[in-house]
Amino acid sequence: MSAITFELDGAPVRAENVDPNTTLLHWLRANAKTGTKEGCAEGECGACAIAWRANGPDGSARWEVVNSCLVLMPSVHGRELLTSEGLASRAEGTLHPVQRCLADGGGSQCGYCTPGFVVSLFGEMYRAREGAFDPESIAGNLCRCTGYRPIREAAEKLAVIRDKSRGAPDPFRDRLATPVAPLEASEHTITIGETTRSFARPSTLLDAVAILAREPSRTIVNGGTDVTVEVNQRHKRHDGYLSLEGVRELGQFEDRDDALVIGAGISLAQIEERLHVHAHGPTALGRALPMLGELLPLFSSRLIRTRATFGGNLGTASPIGDGPPALLALDAELVLASHDANTNAITRRIVPLSTYFLGYRKTARAPHELIEAVRIPKPYASLQRFYKVSKRRLDDISSVAGAFAIDRGPDGRVTRARLAFGGVAAVPLRLTEIEQRLLGTRLAASEIEPLAIAASQLVTPIDDHRASARYRKAMVVSLLRKLAFDTTSPSASHGVSP
Amino acid sequence: MSAHDTKSPIDPRRAAHALASVPNVGRPVAHESADAHVTGAALYTDDLALRSKNALACWPVCAPHAHAWLDHLDVTPALSVPGVVRVLTAKDVPGTNDTGPSRLDEPLFPRAAEGEGADPRPEILFHAMPVAWVIGESEEAAKLGAAAVIARYTPRPPVLAITDAIASKSFHLEGMKIRRGEPEHALERAPHRLEGSFEMGGQEHFYLEAHASFVYVDEAGSIFVHCSTQHPTETQDVVARVLGVAKNEVVVQQLRMGGGFGGKETQANPFACVAAIAAVLTKRRVRVRLDRMRDMQLSGKRHPFHAAWKAGFDETGKLLALDVQLTSDGGHSLDLSLPVLGRALFHIDNAYYLPNVEVRGRVARTNKISNTAFRGFGGPQGMHVIEEVMDRIARTLGLRPEVVRTLNLYRKGQTTHYEQEVVHAERLERAFSELRASSAFEQRRAEIDAFNATSPHTKRGLALTPVKFGISFTAKYYNQAGSLVLVYKDGSVQVSHGGTEMGQGLFTKIRAIAADGLGVPTSAVRVMPTRTDKVPNTSATAASAGTDLNGAAVKNACDTIRARLAELAASVLSKPGSDCTADELVFRDGLVVSSKDASRVITFAELVDRAYHERIQLSANGFYKTPDIHYDPVAGRGRPFYYYAFGAAVAEVEVDGFTGMYTTRRVDLLHDVGDSISPMIDIGQIEGAFAQGAGWLTQEELVWDRDGMLRTSNASTYKLPSLGECPPIFNTTLLREARADGVVHGSKAVGEPPFMLAFAVREALKDAVASFGAPGGVVDLASPATAEAVYWSIESRRARG
Repeated sequence: MSAITFELDGAPVRAENVDPNTTLLHWLRANAKTGTKEGCAEGECGACAIAWRANGPDGSARWEVVNSCLVLMPSVHGRELLTSEGLASRAEGTLHPVQRCLADGGGSQCGYCTPGFVVSLFGEMYRAREGAFDPESIAGNLCRCTGYRPIREAAEKLAVIRDKSRGAPDPFRDRLATPVAPLEASEHTITIGETTRSFARPSTLLDAVAILAREPSRTIVNGGTDVTVEVNQRHKRHDGYLSLEGVRELGQFEDRDDALVIGAGISLAQIEERLHVHAHGPTALGRALPMLGELLPLFSSRLIRTRATFGGNLGTASPIGDGPPALLALDAELVLASHDANTNAITRRIVPLSTYFLGYRKTARAPHELIEAVRIPKPYASLQRFYKVSKRRLDDISSVAGAFAIDRGPDGRVTRARLAFGGVAAVPLRLTEIEQRLLGTRLAASEIEPLAIAASQLVTPIDDHRASARYRKAMVVSLLRKLAFDTTSPSASHGVSP
Repeated sequence: MSAHDTKSPIDPRRAAHALASVPNVGRPVAHESADAHVTGAALYTDDLALRSKNALACWPVCAPHAHAWLDHLDVTPALSVPGVVRVLTAKDVPGTNDTGPSRLDEPLFPRAAEGEGADPRPEILFHAMPVAWVIGESEEAAKLGAAAVIARYTPRPPVLAITDAIASKSFHLEGMKIRRGEPEHALERAPHRLEGSFEMGGQEHFYLEAHASFVYVDEAGSIFVHCSTQHPTETQDVVARVLGVAKNEVVVQQLRMGGGFGGKETQANPFACVAAIAAVLTKRRVRVRLDRMRDMQLSGKRHPFHAAWKAGFDETGKLLALDVQLTSDGGHSLDLSLPVLGRALFHIDNAYYLPNVEVRGRVARTNKISNTAFRGFGGPQGMHVIEEVMDRIARTLGLRPEVVRTLNLYRKGQTTHYEQEVVHAERLERAFSELRASSAFEQRRAEIDAFNATSPHTKRGLALTPVKFGISFTAKYYNQAGSLVLVYKDGSVQVSHGGTEMGQGLFTKIRAIAADGLGVPTSAVRVMPTRTDKVPNTSATAASAGTDLNGAAVKNACDTIRARLAELAASVLSKPGSDCTADELVFRDGLVVSSKDASRVITFAELVDRAYHERIQLSANGFYKTPDIHYDPVAGRGRPFYYYAFGAAVAEVEVDGFTGMYTTRRVDLLHDVGDSISPMIDIGQIEGAFAQGAGWLTQEELVWDRDGMLRTSNASTYKLPSLGECPPIFNTTLLREARADGVVHGSKAVGEPPFMLAFAVREALKDAVASFGAPGGVVDLASPATAEAVYWSIESRRARG
């Protein structure tokens, strides 16, 4: 038996007897911390948002906001958490500016989503150093009452308040002066009846692969935004978890001469920050990889992206995941790591993503292997496009996603093409046959049209609640037409998503 | 504290200030619980349960068929799961195994059909219908127990689609009708005729707080029910029925809800009953709370409707005749389908004069969850038809839809199809013209035309739509309300009333009404949790009427107390030879001041203390019933609505022709709330209702599979509007000079009417789609107008060249 210790709203907590399948949200509420609400238990509504202290890409601390319904309790071991209940100053009896703005501006009606909005806005207040509040910070919070206008206005007002109050005493800002220490290795075990349940959180890749070599049946948690949904929605209960959040090597992000290497455990939000700085636009890397710049804001909400990783997204291998088409089009490779028992060292192999997906949620990764990194080889394609078709523009799962990476010669003719789609087959799909036929064209509408029709005949989508198979087929045609229009027409409009 | 030691001289400036101060009614203030919302201190039903240690949890065993016989049910395996306390099945129901609010047609647990020759096996009536509820020491134990229960079924073919129900004549009721003039004749003679049929989808309420109840039994065996319900009295009634006890044995309390929208008008009752049975049988505290998926599978939604219509009109676009057959999907039981259908029939006109019309309605019986109240209550479905017709008339004639809409608006003195005069009909035209001006409608029309002319794949659209919505429960007896106002010796006040707070701001308005009613600051007024033992026999907080009814009842009680106090104050403030009369006294801001002589003043607290010592009653009941309403359903004539609320909306959208995806670029709303009691609250209601209406009409899509299972039963599959759908320009204005005489403080109800402002979005989408393909002609757009639906709509335009 082991205890989970952490800090909650400024007070130390020691949680005993916790099944590792327990989410942070469930634990909070069961322990009378009812200010944090459950709206969906799958990371869609943000009512359960909490903040914890974590380091950003530059190594400095910030208040990172996550959905507590998607965090398993052993993950909070050693962390410092804040909820909406911990923001008001108890000493002075005053609300935090975020709370004041939201309350006074009509930002709450029924109040049930409100604590989540409070925490999301709180995180943004300390994340962004200047400029307008990024609306993305609350795009993962659903409100059914207000229609969002007063909440958006509160966010706009907060940016001004933050800028004006710079330098004023603020315990929450002061707390960010020291970076967060790396998560220590831990293992949480509990015995329930005759079952022993364990949640291992190693800090090195060697330990991680060694654990997996011994117990390949452990459920890997790399962000956990999918695993916990199964726990919450389908009542899946796992006896063994291997959480990768503390593994240092998986946090690498290296821009090498031959490739960009993205650690499998680095959060999508932190990748995005390296590509795009709010109020400043894309970075040099972002300009070189617009595919990812277009993908990431559409890839769920920031609340999810703060936890979600490419390693997790590729590990679950959902046919409608948005990472795979983009990475397929970029010719990405995966570094798979495993344990060599003879030498007690890590062995690695490189698998092109194009050969990784074998069938519906089946991949080339062996049970004892971990995804260590995604490599995006250079040179990057000069033309990159990511289009997502979904019922809701933001924070939705794709009906169809199309990712296109194309190089053209000086004459404007295509010399290399990668066309990848999600949502049109049991696996994320590259249409190599169409890629070949695209070579030599100038992407003119008349050239694309027969290829688009042919492409739609190669896909095998299904009818479901998101879209009909017929529409999905039509979208394969449409997105290729859109590619032609956007890349060849001077009047191409970017006004409307996708 | 006694009157004598509170006596201190009052600064005359304070008295003058009080006389000049602005009333609380009409002030823009935030929600009365806003500070508690933002700190997480505001409690909801399941929060209360979780803060109460050791409450038992419950979890349902759900049938995997939409229509089946329950052949066999064995709960014993669940009993050996650690932590399982008991399993509830039909035989555990102490009273009546039925929670139906309208008819006894909603078994809490499956039961056999009645009648001779009926199969003795219990019937499964909809997918996920609970066959048992497992009670556990924890939710985990209850879930594991539920998974262990063994149930066997014989599936039967379900009726799922409305069209299948129509074909197989599966109805809960038929024959509702309203008729005026000679529609057949007028149709025949009309210069132009159109007809069509279409379906509109249902809608999940998706209140952020899912259904929850928390029940315990007191030392006398009475049942105390905390419940997330919009209708505590009905919850009390149904719990008493299911337990087989008198209503006075059950108290229902409702502190606040995390949203209701109609979804907790009747739908909370079964869950309260499960918790109540469990509490009685185990003698423990019991909570029932649903997760999102269970909530979506087990609770009713907005009714989908099928509409078949014929319209006749002249070359100017004037509607001459209309014939509509409406069929709603009631689901497996009647619930509120009757009044929902009635309201659809009443609102088939929206804001347009219908000289010759017949509208008929019926409720289909299907093997789905029983559909229920949802903001607008059938009104949106009725209005959907006429807005579709208006657009088709305009596009058939090559006219701008807003021209045809304006032409057909009710004019002063005209009556509806049930011959109620549309009082203040002129406000419709006024709203249209004010909104056209404030939204720069004509200028943007021209800009959009220019944009569309040069943009082959991205098109913009613009639309202007009206709303007229009738206020009052169509069940006349529901139009009553009670209140209880208690003034304590220190001048502080508690107010109880029959309404429930679900975020709509009722308590904020009530607090202002009570504060002004007694002349005290709002800080002196506590609006108490709604309880059936404070105010009995209440109506649901629904039909937008929460403030109209309960506000008037609270004002009534305050007036009673104030009259008693005024009499005392007059005698206290009289001087020898110079009488002070009760009617010259102003109660304001905690003081009672003579309007003639500000030096004659006493604090409210001191006056109250004196009143106590004079043995004057400091509490009062209030009551209100809406006057002058009546309706004859056989004749289809009467005055079912006390008044109408009006509004108008302009929306602009941009559509991507490649995918059908779209954005709403700008929205301008103008809405009639009478003299607003609480402007910030009212604007919040208008904007929120609009967003919810836009969700219904665009992206919220309920998808059932062939087996009758809801495939969109959580937030990842059922997509509510998010921040991304909030138009970047979003202007909301309250209609000026709109006092509603005869309503509390001249205000109007606001909960539902603005929901239907959202038709502007759907109509704007059609307007954008109309710019694809060859000019002219009608636009066929399915409802909801998802990106896919818009795409196929565009494709059908392209296909015709």
